[in-house]
Amino acid sequence: MKCTITRQTALLSRRALLQWLGAAGMLVVLGPAGAWATPEAVQQAIRQLIGTREPQPGGVTLRLPKIAETGNSVPLTVTVDSPMTPEDHVLRIHVFVEGNPEPVAATYHLGLRAGKAEISTRLRLARSQTVLALAEMRDSSVRSGAASIVVTLGACVEEVWGN
Amino acid sequence: MQLRPRLPWREPAPGRRRSSTGILAGLLVLLGAACTGAGLLLAGELSPYTVEDRRSGYTYLSEENQRLQDDDFANPGLLWVEHGRALWHQADGPTGTSCASCHGDAAASMRGVRTRYPRFDPQRGKLINLEQQINRCREQRMQALPYPYESEALLALTTFVGWQSRGLPVHVSIDGPAQPFFEAGRAFYIQRRGQLDLACTHCHDQYAGQRLRGDVISQGQSNGFPIYRHTWQTLGSTHRMFAWCNTSVRAEPYPLGADEYVNLELFVAWRGRGLPVETPAVRR
Amino acid sequence: MAEPRVRVPSTAKQGEIIEIKTLISHPMETGHSRDVYGRLIPRHIIHTFTCTYNGEEVFRADWHPAMAANPYLAFYTVATESGRLRFEWIDDKGTVYATEAEITVA
Repeated sequence: MKCTITRQTALLSRRALLQWLGAAGMLVVLGPAGAWATPEAVQQAIRQLIGTREPQPGGVTLRLPKIAETGNSVPLTVTVDSPMTPEDHVLRIHVFVEGNPEPVAATYHLGLRAGKAEISTRLRLARSQTVLALAEMRDSSVRSGAASIVVTLGACVEEVWGN
Repeated sequence: MQLRPRLPWREPAPGRRRSSTGILAGLLVLLGAACTGAGLLLAGELSPYTVEDRRSGYTYLSEENQRLQDDDFANPGLLWVEHGRALWHQADGPTGTSCASCHGDAAASMRGVRTRYPRFDPQRGKLINLEQQINRCREQRMQALPYPYESEALLALTTFVGWQSRGLPVHVSIDGPAQPFFEAGRAFYIQRRGQLDLACTHCHDQYAGQRLRGDVISQGQSNGFPIYRHTWQTLGSTHRMFAWCNTSVRAEPYPLGADEYVNLELFVAWRGRGLPVETPAVRR
Repeated sequence: MAEPRVRVPSTAKQGEIIEIKTLISHPMETGHSRDVYGRLIPRHIIHTFTCTYNGEEVFRADWHPAMAANPYLAFYTVATESGRLRFEWIDDKGTVYATEAEITVA
């Protein structure tokens, strides 16, 4: 059971990824082995939130920069195409960050009173990856959208210098 | 994937035409709008982000971070401005006075102040920077304890005071009694240090605009300080920045508030003369 | 530290969809960073955000460490009646940060 992704992702090779990480002479410390979310962990996180439902791509748009000069604060806007009527509205939006140590970023509970199914926030991204958004609709269907991003300076894995 | 270099003469994205004067005009309008929104009268006094060959760190930011800095709600540094505003009106010490008791409305009394610091202090016969001046007022006028350097309170007040000069050009005095300290600051700037044996000038003069691994080296200007720095995920002062840079070349940093850093601060401020105060700026 | 920042229109028309912006100061420590000694810094984030409109919850967010420090969130709600919007942020230590805003709906 795979989640389909609406956009082609250019996955980086491990060497290219290591070349991207690092900044200004600082030592980059990757966490203990196994600190990154595995694809299985991502799938499990998705299953935990939406059960066995199969997400359908479409109707969910992510506005995410193509390149982030720092992974510490990346602006994201998720918009779900929905009339937000009693019969047809968005219940929840889930955001997943499969390249981070923990795959779930946030869940937003909307409902009818939201009026517009759109949220804007700022993410912390450890490395270049694909950000996935799933929208749970009132009729129990799940829609999906995704966007990939290249992160030049990753978050989560840099040492804090204490200065 | 085509990466776009973050230089003012970069290729415009396909399908979009841009001119540098257009960008400059746009930035001025943005800055004007931001400052007008802040209630500051700045007609005719706005400083552009680039003056001669001196470029603010703003010009090295991605669009997203430029937009974040210009956002009069979401710029995280504004959290410290608001905290500073609260502290400005808060009485402290046995005299029961606050900053406002003497200085009244900060928008009027503090306007232009940040552009002149660090300055020569006749009382102690050396330079004094804005943080130290705030503590001086606290100790001598309010009989209150000085805030520790880099404490949330001192950062908040420094940012609040700095914010009142937003858009005004940095204009420090380096002659007269300030001169020997300015020269000491310049000497620091060109002195190699640390295991990497680098001086400030190597990165920020020689290699400004070029890449250091995944990052682009700026000119190291200080017109935006205190800055909200993404690497720190909080607001920080010039001295914290100097200490970070020193550590990065594996040199022992000086204590925050040290004379060496205040002298350096004057030199760096002079180096960025004419650039606009952007406090609180957003940087990587 | 400082009060959380919220931007809510002070007036709105009945049924109008209004945008609410929020910003709060918080380190949002992920639990994956290390200090100068190499020790893991313990996780400390805001995990829940709620917005209630005259006592009724109209929006909720569950946050994880992938939220940036000093978290920003903008969302929408329908202006149904005049009253008070209350915003609450709850972090791992159980601290509740709260602020309110009034709205007049014509």
